[in-house]
Amino acid sequence: MMGLLDQLPVMPVLLPSLTAIVLLLIGDHGGGEHNLRKLVLSSHISIVSALIGLVIAIQLMVQASDGDLMVYRMGEWPAPFGIVLVVDRLSAMMLVLTSLVALPVLLYASGGWSGHGRYFHALFQFQLMGLNGAFVTGDLFNLFVFFEVLLIASYVLMMHGLGRERLRVGVHYVVLNLSASALFLIGVALLYALTGTLNMADLALRVPLVTGPDAVVLQVAALLLLVVFGFKAALAPLSVWLPATYAASSAPVAALFAIMTKVGVYAIWRVHGVIFGDTAGASANLVEPLLLPLAVATSVLAVLGALSAQTLPRLVAWLTVASVGTLLIALGLFEAPAWSAAMYYMAHSTLTGAGLFLLIELVAAQRGEVGSRIEPASPVAQPALMGMMLLLAAASSIGLPPLPGFIGKLMLLQASSGHAQVVMVWAAVLLVGFATMLGLARAGSTLFWHVRSDLPSGASGASAPLVAATGALLALSVAMSIFAAPLQRYTQAAAAQLLDRDAYAAAVLGEQGGAAARTTRPYTGDRGTKP
Amino acid sequence: MMPSMEFLVATGIGWIAACGIWLMLRGRTFPVVLGLTVLGYAVNVFIFAMGRLWSNAPPIVGSGQPIADPLPQALVLTAIVIGFATTGFVIELALRSRYESDTDHVDGEPEDQPGPTT
Repeated sequence: MMGLLDQLPVMPVLLPSLTAIVLLLIGDHGGGEHNLRKLVLSSHISIVSALIGLVIAIQLMVQASDGDLMVYRMGEWPAPFGIVLVVDRLSAMMLVLTSLVALPVLLYASGGWSGHGRYFHALFQFQLMGLNGAFVTGDLFNLFVFFEVLLIASYVLMMHGLGRERLRVGVHYVVLNLSASALFLIGVALLYALTGTLNMADLALRVPLVTGPDAVVLQVAALLLLVVFGFKAALAPLSVWLPATYAASSAPVAALFAIMTKVGVYAIWRVHGVIFGDTAGASANLVEPLLLPLAVATSVLAVLGALSAQTLPRLVAWLTVASVGTLLIALGLFEAPAWSAAMYYMAHSTLTGAGLFLLIELVAAQRGEVGSRIEPASPVAQPALMGMMLLLAAASSIGLPPLPGFIGKLMLLQASSGHAQVVMVWAAVLLVGFATMLGLARAGSTLFWHVRSDLPSGASGASAPLVAATGALLALSVAMSIFAAPLQRYTQAAAAQLLDRDAYAAAVLGEQGGAAARTTRPYTGDRGTKP
Repeated sequence: MMPSMEFLVATGIGWIAACGIWLMLRGRTFPVVLGLTVLGYAVNVFIFAMGRLWSNAPPIVGSGQPIADPLPQALVLTAIVIGFATTGFVIELALRSRYESDTDHVDGEPEDQPGPTT
């Protein structure tokens, strides 16, 4: 009999899925105004569930910070054969980050957006289930399943509110993601065929044993997975879908999607950073020559996109891609200090990106017919409040001290100082910061200073809950710089834990796995009966 | 010499995948959906074949016979279910897009007009 605390790792998956089912049973307001009671009830349940999810995630992070790996074996099946959920420091951090983004976004959506379509809250919870599941799973096929859960929810959420532009972009988004899923399956099937396992801990032990021509096929599989994860993370040249999609989505959905790109980064970390890292034998450091140049290209392309953006959502979406580029540069250095910087930067850029998506909608709503286009318009109703919030968010994305964007980039620059590609990394990170500043300064000055007072200014100010939700995300980002020292200790320990593959294997596989079972897989059966 | 079963299956998967990719590159939503479905079939058979090809080997332990690897069969079931759900969704989406934009072009624009500028 296991105690309740032992069941904790599965809760981030179970809680949203049960909440979503309850929300589906409650039903929907039907899109009309006559059944608002159901909508209010749904949003209350959804917010309370997200709050409990945050408490669980924080509890997991506290437990993980001691260095314990929490392994949850589904149905008590021993590790390489059954499905395991593993919560280590990185997973716990991602769970907390997901909850911290989800809660303000839910508050914001309850202020209006959730009524513009059907079943918003149920789909939102399914999306959370997929995100949390992807972060805790210790099995590659299970990762595929959670990817699909979060993608199916994201297809519908992306089109929340409908309209021609959303449907047009939605068709592209769905078709591209379905093709990526096909590639994911091919990659996973090849990995299974050559190693006989899909358990991440087991894969890290078995990949080094594959040699000769098989190793080449294995590398093909790993590179296919890089294409898939790179597509989700918006790694160049697979990044062009993102701005169109995020710009077409409604603001709360785009804010939630700020964490969805990070799932791709997380998967690259687990598969290409850890499994195909420097201990992978013939396939060691497989993506190291690829990832860094592609990441630099991603950020440079993205800031060029940001400089040419005509609307605010496109600008923020390109900046999201630019932050993914910076993040992947740090990941691509393949060193523990750089990975620690990447984790810190990831948390900061997700919170700031989500806050920016919400903020620009508040600003756009106060600009009359011009809306989100970056053109002179009538003055906004709350210039001081909106201006200060945008300034804060912008300064953090650019990386001005003392905000967390600065700390994250400083950690990255320090970590890269001994690396062979130090010139490229420094040039890219600093130039991208400068170009981001140009883009945001252009947008900000047009929004708040270059106003046309001849136009009527009929807009009213944003309602307090919406401002509070947006402000909460930006405040969290500021809090990251106040608590920078403990957070940095945590990310350093998390990076070290990721690289400690032996401890991971011992915790996941226990006594039965590993060496004893090594000779029997990949399963070949009785070769004599092969046709 | 008879071609081996591996050769035949591999060629078949390759041909189906090629057809699926060709269909996916069409400009109308119906061939694209068909292409996704056909590619899904190819991927499903591919996963199945990754457990090696067997004849007269049930995936049951203790039958005294040679045993086929049951895991890819379980994986392919999951993949089929997910593929079925997403195909249903993408068909509905294509219909809705056709209804909203009055064209079944994937860009939501008839070919004789320039593409959207946003």
